[in-house]
Amino acid sequence: MKFERYGIGIAKGLAVTIRHLLRRPVTTQYPEQRLNTSRRIRGNELIWDKDKCTGCATCAKTCPQGSIEIVTSVMIDENKYQVEKFEVDTGYCIFCGLCVEACPYDALFMGYAYERAKYRRGELVMANEALLASAERRPSGYARPQVEAALPKQSLLLDKDRGKR
Amino acid sequence: MMTMTTLPPDWPGNFWAHWAIFAVIIIVFVLLMFMVFVWLERRAMGIMQARLGPNRAGPFGIFQPAADGLKVMLKEDIVPAKGDKVVHWLAPLVAVVPVLMIFAVVPFQGGAILADLNIGILYVVAISSVATVGVFMAGWASNNKYSLLGAMRQVAAVVSYEIPVVLSVVGVILLTGSLSMQQIVMAQDVPFILLQPLGFLLFFIGALAEINRAPFDLMEADSELVAGFHIEYSGMKFALFYLVEYGEALAISAIVTTLFLGGWRGPLLPPWLWFLVKVGLVFFVMVWIRTTVPRVRIDQLMALAWKFLFPLALLNLVITAVEILAWPSVSPWVLVPINFAIMIVLILLWSRLFKLGWGRVEV
Repeated sequence: MKFERYGIGIAKGLAVTIRHLLRRPVTTQYPEQRLNTSRRIRGNELIWDKDKCTGCATCAKTCPQGSIEIVTSVMIDENKYQVEKFEVDTGYCIFCGLCVEACPYDALFMGYAYERAKYRRGELVMANEALLASAERRPSGYARPQVEAALPKQSLLLDKDRGKR
Repeated sequence: MMTMTTLPPDWPGNFWAHWAIFAVIIIVFVLLMFMVFVWLERRAMGIMQARLGPNRAGPFGIFQPAADGLKVMLKEDIVPAKGDKVVHWLAPLVAVVPVLMIFAVVPFQGGAILADLNIGILYVVAISSVATVGVFMAGWASNNKYSLLGAMRQVAAVVSYEIPVVLSVVGVILLTGSLSMQQIVMAQDVPFILLQPLGFLLFFIGALAEINRAPFDLMEADSELVAGFHIEYSGMKFALFYLVEYGEALAISAIVTTLFLGGWRGPLLPPWLWFLVKVGLVFFVMVWIRTTVPRVRIDQLMALAWKFLFPLALLNLVITAVEILAWPSVSPWVLVPINFAIMIVLILLWSRLFKLGWGRVEV
């Protein structure tokens, strides 16, 4: 005799909902509470290391959108290129991360942050100093294992649920 | 034995003073509890769904209903161009007034009652159905197919569910021997939920359907009829319908408390507090059911009323009558296990008989 149709199913359901009263809510109250993102996040910005960059323009070549522009000049005495302009139009960028993967000198990183919305399209075009790393503009561990190791572990909603209220 | 402190029927000594004081008490009570219920429903439902519920306005979001009320009052009042304007304007009033009138016979504590009618529960049954007229007026006046569908479903549900509800109330009246709400509370040395477990169940389910709360909320089914009868309502009129919805839930909680849970009677705490606690508890169960059970179809709704609740209510009435006739002086504690056994047997039996589309030929 199956008991599902004698109100037992409803009773089971009621037990489930009442158990949820004692569960922690999984909601994250976003601006105040934040979860740690994945350490390998491709956040919506690029971070450029001026000292490591040789101006080889591999990143510009791999970019499927063609949104990276590099202008270099030759420094004869030091036998290398001087990067005069490194410009990324993040409005065109699709955050595929190919430039970061392609960079032979680890001079380019994806950003760790994800709140980079702008009010004007012109502000999306970032160049030179605006692309450098800073306290707010941390590099992500995407294709950069040494950076990844230093970043905090990703927090999962699952862990939140394991703790009781 | 608990204390049975009762106030005189015209408590401050003057008829008009009594009338004025209790009118104010009832309106304040309904509006306050409305806010509490809105908050409780959203918060408890949120937590049961592993969400947080409202938590922005004030500590734990307790000012959320006030904020909502303010918002809704400032909104534009839109009347459909091809709607019936007079009926559209009148409908919220016709729906609200009966809901407020129900509380005239709800005893908040011994003697604390606006009018201790000797036909109290009959009055409740009669008045509570009038709100449906308001709902149907709203559905008709909106000139909207969804509103009309929702309103028609509401009328169908109320017509069907009124019968098992009233029949299960009759069980209580048989035990009490009086229709007065005050007398019903006085008679409950043993809460009637123990003496009438089946009656309580039937009444509660039927009442849920009558005030169209989930799982029987298919008159305003947000996901299919958008909002049922109050689609075309905005601003203050919408707020009135919202008030009706929760006012009815409050009324049903109060009536369930009075009829089955011993009303304001209870040890230690003051009677009015007991009343509030029980009302809150009943409403919490409603919220609990709402979070748990999915909405039924209209044919399931009708089938449940006519094939399940109605015969069980009749049987319950007959069994109660036989018990009262056969053992008029037996201790109620003897009847409690018997009644529970009867309830379980009947529900198991009827669940077996109750099938949707039994013998239906495929079309």
